[in-house]
Amino acid sequence: MKKISIFKKPITQYSLFMPILCLFLVLIVNLIQTPHFFKITIQNGVLYGYIIDILNRSSGLVILAVGMTLVVASSGGTDISVGAVCALAGAVCVAALGTGETYKMPYIAAVLLALLIGLICGVFNGFLVSFMKVQPMVATLILFTAGRGIAQLVTGSFILYVKPKSFTYLGSFIPGVPIPTPCFVAAFVVILTWLVLTKTSLGMYIQSVGINSKASFLVGLNSKVIIFLTYVFCGICAAIAGLISVSRTASIDANNVGLYIELDAILAVAIGGNSLAGGKFSLAGSVIGAITIQALTTTLYAMRVAADQLPLYKAIVVVAIVAIQSPVLRKWFKNLTLKLAPGKPVKEAM
Amino acid sequence: MAIGKEILKMRHITKNFLGVRALNNVDFTLRAGEIHALMGENGAGKSTLIKVLTGAEEFESGEIWMDGIPHPIINRSPQEAQHNGISTVYQEINLCPNISVAENLFIGREPKKHGMIDWKTMNKKAKEALAVLDVDIDVTINLENYSVAIQQMVAIARAVDISSKVLILDEPTSSLNDFEVSKLFAVMRKLKERGLGIIFVTHFLEQVYEICDRITVLRNGELVGEYEVDKLPRVQLVARMMGKDFDDLAEIKREHKGSTGKEEVVVEAKGLGCSGKIKPFDITVNKGDVVGLSGLLGSGRSELARALYGADRPDKGVLKFKGKRFTSRAPIDSIRAGMGFLPENRKEEGIIADLSVRENIIIALQARQGMFKLLSRKEQEEFADRFIDLLKIKTADRETPVKQLSGGNQQKVILARWLLTNPDFLILDEPTRGIDVGTKTEIQRLVIKLAEEGKAIIFISSEIEEMLRTCNRMAILRDSSKVGELSGDEITQVNIMKAIAGGTTV
Ligand SMILES: Nc1ncnc2c1ncn2[C@@H]1O[C@H](COP(=O)(O)OP(=O)(O)OP(=O)(O)O)[C@@H](O)[C@H]1O
Ligand SMILES: [Mg+2]
Repeated sequence: MKKISIFKKPITQYSLFMPILCLFLVLIVNLIQTPHFFKITIQNGVLYGYIIDILNRSSGLVILAVGMTLVVASSGGTDISVGAVCALAGAVCVAALGTGETYKMPYIAAVLLALLIGLICGVFNGFLVSFMKVQPMVATLILFTAGRGIAQLVTGSFILYVKPKSFTYLGSFIPGVPIPTPCFVAAFVVILTWLVLTKTSLGMYIQSVGINSKASFLVGLNSKVIIFLTYVFCGICAAIAGLISVSRTASIDANNVGLYIELDAILAVAIGGNSLAGGKFSLAGSVIGAITIQALTTTLYAMRVAADQLPLYKAIVVVAIVAIQSPVLRKWFKNLTLKLAPGKPVKEAM
Repeated sequence: MAIGKEILKMRHITKNFLGVRALNNVDFTLRAGEIHALMGENGAGKSTLIKVLTGAEEFESGEIWMDGIPHPIINRSPQEAQHNGISTVYQEINLCPNISVAENLFIGREPKKHGMIDWKTMNKKAKEALAVLDVDIDVTINLENYSVAIQQMVAIARAVDISSKVLILDEPTSSLNDFEVSKLFAVMRKLKERGLGIIFVTHFLEQVYEICDRITVLRNGELVGEYEVDKLPRVQLVARMMGKDFDDLAEIKREHKGSTGKEEVVVEAKGLGCSGKIKPFDITVNKGDVVGLSGLLGSGRSELARALYGADRPDKGVLKFKGKRFTSRAPIDSIRAGMGFLPENRKEEGIIADLSVRENIIIALQARQGMFKLLSRKEQEEFADRFIDLLKIKTADRETPVKQLSGGNQQKVILARWLLTNPDFLILDEPTRGIDVGTKTEIQRLVIKLAEEGKAIIFISSEIEEMLRTCNRMAILRDSSKVGELSGDEITQVNIMKAIAGGTTV
């Protein structure tokens, strides 16, 4: 009785099956609607096409979703301050560079300053959640409301424009490179995070703490520090997304940068098949979730849905996606596959 | 005692989990006024049969008949089963830790007055329900403040209180000691007189022979047979369960080397205490010692262990570990210093449910190594496989989430976790809880072997037999303080019983 023989899992049991299916469905709809949907052309030396556009525009959300995934996994709560932190970090960067013909300080220094702001916000959230044991929603509500206010203070409640052309590189293209810069940044964040999670034991720790923090404590994990770190990381991710966002428009409008994006980030995590109760997570799932949300938006625009009606249609599709992934329907799927591939009796291998 | 008509019939029950056939064409019959033992090794399918019956799990094929209902029934939920007269204590206590004991007892059927919950009546009735089992505790505080044993008693009290036709007890006695078991048995006998049918799952053979009328044996999801207790001697029962001959009574007993006073001291606590949990105590554990902790419910056995390990931070006294003064700020310090601690509450403090068997086994070792020294995948797999073999952990695969294992197999995984860290000082709080007879003997042997290799061990078990077999010294606890010690030939059943009951101070 050593081990029971191993059976292949049916395909529907893989955790990424549903997220990929959802993305696939959205893309199929596109293909029917817009036959040239997958066409990629080169104009003015850069790549053009719906697909490129989706990848480009989803970059910020992908980065936020990565940070949000870890926060959800470790603490079973969400960080609703990410949108405000986007705005704050963007505002600080723009204010630091100034609105003159040249930068007031080296560009890189301003970027680092913005990242530092994100980090401080993360430290604040993380401290409240892990050490003060404030509920995540409540703890991050503070910056959710205060963050934009601080951003307004930084910009003096004006919409500020940055003049040097190089400021837009981060949000669009670096001259001579055909692929949008945000895609590189997103890929970098995703890959780096993935490497850190899998090449150290941090990934396992985060899941362990999220699943059972008492047991994790007894096996020697410091759950407080681990939860704290995920919030700090999420703050930095928000700052990066904010930088991309202000670079796209070469301006900061503290009222609108990253508005409601926390909801999309949480949704991306959920569409990615991750439980919002914490524990096991799939980074790839969240990335796919983020791209799905953007694909949906782009699709609706391509179908000429008016911008003010967009949320309604988006909501309808989201409801459908979430329903497909609901436990009830999953069980139904599982039963279906079990009927198709019945289990064999457990064999003893003495 | 006449055994009445059949009140429950399960026929040809088949249940598959993904890729694993947990039950294959199993029949089970329960009669009014009988106590029916459901026996089998870890992972045989006992809990699954019960969950299928009560609607906690669905099943693929088969029929369930109940007396008085002219057609087969399917309980779609435990509530529905309760409605049909079946009340259950599941193997993993499924009460709510963060509400009061009284609320746990009456959740869903709270006494009402003017449409509002009548707290006074509820608390009074809760006290009464527990008094049946001789448990006298404050019912208004949260359940989580009590030990696993008390939680188990609360779960039993609740089920007994609502039982009407069938009462199911899935390893209710796994953390109870003899006193509590006898209380439970008295209640079971009363219910039996009233004509209830009781299904009783346990790994304690003595208990089966003491109280049961009939035995159904399962092995690997298949029915082996149904027997009357007096027609199936113990040796044969074990053989039926394991599918081979095995003598579970094999003599294991430590030779008590008389204390020479020269043993190397590993752990030495002086006046160590933790307010509200355990009063200051002295204890020493030497190399090669297996020190047992014995005491009644709430006597502070686990609390003493937790204070030594630093799971609760002691606020009084000194602890010396391997000759040096040692203060642990968190368990990680203790692990690094060479301690290991297997907690009694498997579900709440032991398993990390969604992680795989492999991850659950290596996690303590990984934590000791530190975040940046990830054990290679190959090492992890080797470690996991080694213990899956050694402890005969029954799992579809090493990547199976540990929550899908049967209770006893989960327990083995946690034990594996600590054996892997190879500590100098190992605290085992109910290490064989829910483990079947064959493996239990193996584990007792293993504990003795570890001690002989020079480890210091603290062993807590509510089963005195087991302590007698493994321990060479025994500390007695009462009312959150250590009241005495027995060693060598003083360790006998009678002496221990006397000491923990508190007649005389030893
Ligand atoms: N949710 C689940 N998913 C997959 N397999 C499961 C699940 N629950 C139980 N099993 C498998 O079904 C088999 C029977 O398990 P069950 O819990 O009924 O055993 P048991 O007889 O109660 O054992 P124990 O004495 O350890 O409690 C085991 O092989 C177990 O791994
Ligand atoms: Mg069981």
